[in-house]
Amino acid sequence: MASADVLPELAGVHWRRRVDAGQLRLRGRLWTLTMVAHIVPFAGAATLLMMLQPLALPVALVCLAHAWIIPELYAQRGANVLRPRIDPRSRAAAGGPPSPAAAEGRSVGLLGDLVGHEARELHARTGLVLEPGRLGVWLVGEAGAVLLHGPRRVFCYCVKVDPRRPQAAELPSGDRIAHLLLALRSDEAGFATVANLAFAGAPWRLRRRMRAEMRPALQGARAALASRSSRAR
Amino acid sequence: MSKLIRMDHTGHSTLAEWTPGDPAAVEAAVAAFRSELERGYLAMVSTGPGHAEHVRELPLEADLVIMRLPISGG
Repeated sequence: MASADVLPELAGVHWRRRVDAGQLRLRGRLWTLTMVAHIVPFAGAATLLMMLQPLALPVALVCLAHAWIIPELYAQRGANVLRPRIDPRSRAAAGGPPSPAAAEGRSVGLLGDLVGHEARELHARTGLVLEPGRLGVWLVGEAGAVLLHGPRRVFCYCVKVDPRRPQAAELPSGDRIAHLLLALRSDEAGFATVANLAFAGAPWRLRRRMRAEMRPALQGARAALASRSSRAR
Repeated sequence: MSKLIRMDHTGHSTLAEWTPGDPAAVEAAVAAFRSELERGYLAMVSTGPGHAEHVRELPLEADLVIMRLPISGG
């Protein structure tokens, strides 16, 4: 790969191994193993307690609740990457001026110029941009991106315009997405390397935790992935 | 007419416009481009559907050059 195609931001995370399909598969399996390691002890303890002493039912229920809630919390963490981090009402509280409607409109207009008609329409409905890539199909939000890598695994990445830059707090939502989209398009693997993985797991886990208005974007990404897979066969 | 824009609090600002046959406009665009690089911006050019390229010199033949801020993991 020519140096011009390597994301410059990679210099800030030089210790990370560049993401590729094999590494994604490995990280997905490790994530599943971690979840199993969280769930099995609690579920096992609940079972054991009930076998030894049925009066320990309340404690067993607490164990089962832990076994259920831990994966849910991780899925929530994944869904959070797609939430708009700063809405116009709280932007001022975060240190930046409120983004006027005109700036929002201009930023969305520029974003619209970068994507096709379908992606534009999906963004208008869901606030997310669907972007096919080599590693899978991406959904890009203001402060994160979700990669559908195969039909049974999503990777949720927390990534945003560098908050250490004072101008970052002032950017309207369309520009935030455009920043991520341009970085993703220039070096997809580099983008996934720079980003922090917040969750990896089944799409249905993520879907349940997404805002209702964003769910059609996930459905669209799954359809795009299925369509690509059927064309490849 | 080619354009150099910067994504900022206004949505985006046009920093320069040029045609390759206009040396004064090209010079102004190159100066604006370098000034943004010095401020820490990165320059991107769309190179087809779903593709973009990071450039370090102003590509005079490009229709649109977009200056963006660096990204980081959250």
